[in-house]
Amino acid sequence: MKKTSLLIAGLAAAPASASTISITIPRLDVAEYHRPYVAAWLEPAAGGDARTLAVWYDVKKGGAEPGTKWLHDLRSWWRKGGRSLKLPADGVSGATRAPGTHKVALPADLKAGQYTLYVEAARETGGREIISIPLTVPAKAAAASGKTELGAITISR
Amino acid sequence: MRIKSLLLAAVALATAATPAMAHRQWLLPSATIFSGTDAWVTVDGAASNDLFFPDHQPLRLDGVKAWAPDGTEAKIENGATGRHRSMFDVKLDKPGTWKIGTAQESVSGTFKVDGVEWRVGGRRGPPPPPGAPAQPNSVAGIADVPANATDLQITQSASRNEIYVTTGEPTDTIFQPTNKGLEMVPVTHPSELVADEPARFKFLVDGKPAANLKISVLPGGKRYRDDDGLIEVVTGADGVAQVNWSQAGMFWLNTTYSDDKPTIPRATARRLSFTTTLEVMAP
Repeated sequence: MKKTSLLIAGLAAAPASASTISITIPRLDVAEYHRPYVAAWLEPAAGGDARTLAVWYDVKKGGAEPGTKWLHDLRSWWRKGGRSLKLPADGVSGATRAPGTHKVALPADLKAGQYTLYVEAARETGGREIISIPLTVPAKAAAASGKTELGAITISR
Repeated sequence: MRIKSLLLAAVALATAATPAMAHRQWLLPSATIFSGTDAWVTVDGAASNDLFFPDHQPLRLDGVKAWAPDGTEAKIENGATGRHRSMFDVKLDKPGTWKIGTAQESVSGTFKVDGVEWRVGGRRGPPPPPGAPAQPNSVAGIADVPANATDLQITQSASRNEIYVTTGEPTDTIFQPTNKGLEMVPVTHPSELVADEPARFKFLVDGKPAANLKISVLPGGKRYRDDDGLIEVVTGADGVAQVNWSQAGMFWLNTTYSDDKPTIPRATARRLSFTTTLEVMAP
């Protein structure tokens, strides 16, 4: 699993100087644990369309109840842009991640300016949490931390 | 004295014949926002005092219709009626916003023939058993009112009860007004409602903005609090009302409008009502 995520991060990273976001999924001691659905997206601080950086869901689950059925549980992301995204999306969608820290590269074509980074997590039979951090491009280091469904979120240049 | 009591009787009848006043008619969708490729909404329908607890009468399913996002009529499936509640499913097999609901029309009131008072339209309640004698001095519909009738006090009633559910991206086609009767055209899309954001809805009567219309908005779940939580707002000159939500959850919205401009011959008054159930998401 870790190998896969490293591989995805490696593929998505463009130039060596590209900035990355680290998203920590906490290990939870609960009776019924399912890996959370997670979405990360950017909104221009001055307003404008959201740009999804990553959405981790049950990509492979098909049949009568495909993995996309619960995407709307990421309710803010779904409203801000998820519902207009054609999934699976190259370089954006991926499988759910295990507890641990996962890296997402900022797109190389991101215009300089002020943004807000949002990270939202929703867990089957569990809770939901959303975190936002101001993000500047070119990126400066920043961090925030969730309380329940998300751990540390850091931006590194 | 006599005139006064007759007037009172007419008013009482007109009131009794309109849809249950005390009991609120409601439709409750399992959700209003769907994702994925195989979405189904399951809907409960009933009339009861407290929202959304079925404890009085089930919704009659024969008038329920559904419209796909392109405006074509869709199928109501798996309908069933229980003691207090009906349920049915709609398969949301096209992306966009769907409309599901009922539009009922009725006529009620009184008239006189040779000084004797007659009634139009039946009372509320179960239909009479087969073979039961016709009610005295009563006709079924406005077409049966004789030509020599006088003192017509006949109310045309029309009520809409609609819900909106969206799979994928929201669309607006099903909000295209018919410009007949009382209608709601959302300014804020019903699939974009969030507890900390005010929502705006426009109300039309015969396609024109309905000003000074009182809109009642009630959250479900009264059993779990003391206050009924009623939110009352009034439309402006543009027919638009703004609702500031008190919480996230399912809300019942209702408004009524009366005038003396019925659209059917020989009716003397008109009473219109509009009802919807809206889902407000947590921020």
